[in-house]
Amino acid sequence: MAKFHLTVNGQRKEVTVDPSTPLLWVLREDLKMTGTKYGCGVSACGACTVHVNGVATRSCMLPISLLGERPVVTIEAMSDDPVGRVVQDAWVEKDVVQCGYCQSGQIMSAVALLKHTPRPTDTNIEESMGGNICRCATYVRIREAIKTAAQQLK
Amino acid sequence: MTFKTTNADEPQLSRRNFLRVSATAAGGLLVALYLNPSATAQEGGPPRPQQKVYPPDAFVHIRQDGKIVIQVNRLEFGQGVQTALPMILADEMDADWSQVVAELAPAADVYRDPVFGIQMVGGSGSIAHSFQQYRELGAKTRAMLVIAAANRWNIAPDKCRTEQSVVHGPGGQSAKYAELATDAARVAVPASVRLKNPQEFRLVGKRTRRLDSRPKCDGSLKFGLDLDMPGMKVAVVAHPPVFGARVKSLDDKAARGVEGVREVFEIPLARGTGVAIVADKYWPAKQARGLLKIDWDFSGVERADSSRLREQYKQLSHTAGLKSVARGDAKAIDNIATANRIVAEFEFPYLAHSPMEPLNTTIRFDGKSAEAWAGSQFQTFDQMAIAEVLGLKPEQVTFHTEMAGGGFGRRAVTDSHVQREAAQIAKRLRGTPVKLIWSREDDIRGGYYRPMHVHRVEVGIGSDGMPSAWRHVVVGQSLLAGTPFAMMMKDGVDSSSVEGASDTHYNIPNQHVSVHHPTVNVPVLWWRSVGHTHTAYVMETLVDELATRAKVDPIEYRRKLLKPEAKKLLAALDLMDEKSAVWRRNLPKGHAAGFSCHESFGTGVACAVEVSIENKRPKVHRVTVAVDPGIAVNPLTIESQFQAGVGFGLSQLMAKGAITLKDGMVEQRNFDGYVPPYIVDAPVAVDVHIVPSAEAPSGCGEPPVPVISPAVVNALSRLTGKRYRSLPLVAV
Repeated sequence: MAKFHLTVNGQRKEVTVDPSTPLLWVLREDLKMTGTKYGCGVSACGACTVHVNGVATRSCMLPISLLGERPVVTIEAMSDDPVGRVVQDAWVEKDVVQCGYCQSGQIMSAVALLKHTPRPTDTNIEESMGGNICRCATYVRIREAIKTAAQQLK
Repeated sequence: MTFKTTNADEPQLSRRNFLRVSATAAGGLLVALYLNPSATAQEGGPPRPQQKVYPPDAFVHIRQDGKIVIQVNRLEFGQGVQTALPMILADEMDADWSQVVAELAPAADVYRDPVFGIQMVGGSGSIAHSFQQYRELGAKTRAMLVIAAANRWNIAPDKCRTEQSVVHGPGGQSAKYAELATDAARVAVPASVRLKNPQEFRLVGKRTRRLDSRPKCDGSLKFGLDLDMPGMKVAVVAHPPVFGARVKSLDDKAARGVEGVREVFEIPLARGTGVAIVADKYWPAKQARGLLKIDWDFSGVERADSSRLREQYKQLSHTAGLKSVARGDAKAIDNIATANRIVAEFEFPYLAHSPMEPLNTTIRFDGKSAEAWAGSQFQTFDQMAIAEVLGLKPEQVTFHTEMAGGGFGRRAVTDSHVQREAAQIAKRLRGTPVKLIWSREDDIRGGYYRPMHVHRVEVGIGSDGMPSAWRHVVVGQSLLAGTPFAMMMKDGVDSSSVEGASDTHYNIPNQHVSVHHPTVNVPVLWWRSVGHTHTAYVMETLVDELATRAKVDPIEYRRKLLKPEAKKLLAALDLMDEKSAVWRRNLPKGHAAGFSCHESFGTGVACAVEVSIENKRPKVHRVTVAVDPGIAVNPLTIESQFQAGVGFGLSQLMAKGAITLKDGMVEQRNFDGYVPPYIVDAPVAVDVHIVPSAEAPSGCGEPPVPVISPAVVNALSRLTGKRYRSLPLVAV
């Protein structure tokens, strides 16, 4: 066990965990922030996507010991994020979700995409969203909602 | 029928009352209106073990603040029933939709499916079975509110009208539902009520956004896996590498050395035995599991091998199985010249459901009673199983239905093996809540797959180009054998293996379908759309091949071959034809259209797809779907179910879309080996068209799935001239 300091959604946090503990489980179990989901544990599904230093990152394979000083932003902060809020609203407007379990990760990937590429093409969308599985396969509406959000962010 | 205002503090009393009342009520319908001041405090936040969150005997609760809380009698796991059932009830009740709150009901007899008789989601039955039930509940609630208002105003109830949660009297009087709720609760439940004519619906039939979107988009919604409560521990189980193997010896020294690990112990499983690890958190539990040294006892355990099984199944398919259907002359096929016959063998692999939220169950057992939390499609069975393990009666287990991250059948398991594991652990941890988590690896390798199948079909073609004889042998494990549903089997035939073929809507004379049900040491389970996952593929690719041989347009051929009474399918086919006509005429070079139509769970579906080949894989550019589901309760959800459901169906075509076994062990571990569709694999656009109808509604959860794979490979066949009869689609 070791003590780690991290910045999550702008707040300084301290946890005492095994250094191998992935960021995902620190968020979920130590910080009680369960919006970030466990789906596979091997970076294959994207349900655990968060922003680390502004980059969409799979938190399930990032040991807390390797996080360093990089700030972490999670789905819980998206309602207060100017792009995040627009993306969430587009998701609701387009009635994207079904089971909803993957959607935290989908939204985190979509927000990262739109922050870097405000007018994404279908290819941009497929590249940036390409690692996020939606087992319900709501992909058609995810694509529409990203385009809707991009329009509103113009 | 008697009626009682319930109080959340008297659960046992009200429960007994309810059980007595419901026993006499046809269909188990009962409305209870009650005022519960503590309800507000119970919204959101983690579950409070000491409080009874849901009184067991209510569907509608009108709160003093005007909120109308409607109990949903089944699991929400994406299908949208948590919005659609309240819509139905609120419509008949004339409730203000903006004030409606939906809750997933706990396990209780009152919430059993009115047709199946257990509390469950399956067979696309939620709307089909509860449409009438929720209409009557809404109408009776409304009638009682009206009587309460009429009594207050000393007028006849039929002088009143209702709108947006308000009763209006003829002299300009008005009273909000919330003001009337207490009085209404004292009114006898009317034995019968007038239901609305469909043209009076205000919510039913209207595109209505889901009630659960926002909390699913901001991370606040708690799924079963997200539960936390004071003192809770987390458990994982080391399962045997071959189904049914047992722990011979265990060295847990290293595992116990992991900081945060509390207990390591052997537990019985539904098949064989395993080792449970209980820790403060998931990560130490998982780390410790990796350090266990277990010698497994494989004696007497069959080690299934999917390659070997395939060969055995193929051999079996050359012999007649148990008779499912025998129409006309069985020998007719033998009298048709070989040149006029198609002989086709199809292979389908085991498929995992792999819902995004891994399987989990939380239980707290205090010795005399227990509380359980799970996203369950089978509350009745799961509650019973937990009770059995803990030595309790089912009613001593308070079973909360948690919102679930997908399921597709995986949370409807008759042996409740996950809940039994959780109960075994909770039994040892008496007094401590424990959350059992199945990792993704546990899920992919844990069995309960869509069974592997082989079909062998011989089709004789008549001089008119239509099938004149059809001999069809299906080989695959039975889903029902050995379960409480085994009584549904007839003469050894599990109809869920042949549904969609034996009961085809095509007019095929001399049709003979038989089935072999081998017994294999691999647990199997219904996978969204069940037998139709493979039968529709066989029927729709063969019919397409027949159309090609007859040089007839594939839509026209289907129209001709369908029985006139297949009204839903014909309507869907016509609508699909109309809506896809323009793009079908303007296909880019290298693109082809493919078609299929199939009815399942009472819903007729037809689809057209535009496909090209990119990187040796099918690229689905566009799908046009037409559906006849009877009355479309929530057209927005239906559109969404079909848009995504066809994407789910494409799982079958993924290159790595198969579970295989070697020497009894599953060869895939995670989403890197068993790969569901990603966004690039899904259709780019799907347009959904609903046939207008006044018929009773049928389901929309499963019917999208069967049509897509055959439509896509039918398009591929047009591009390559090849036929695709073996799944997964490894090469185009």
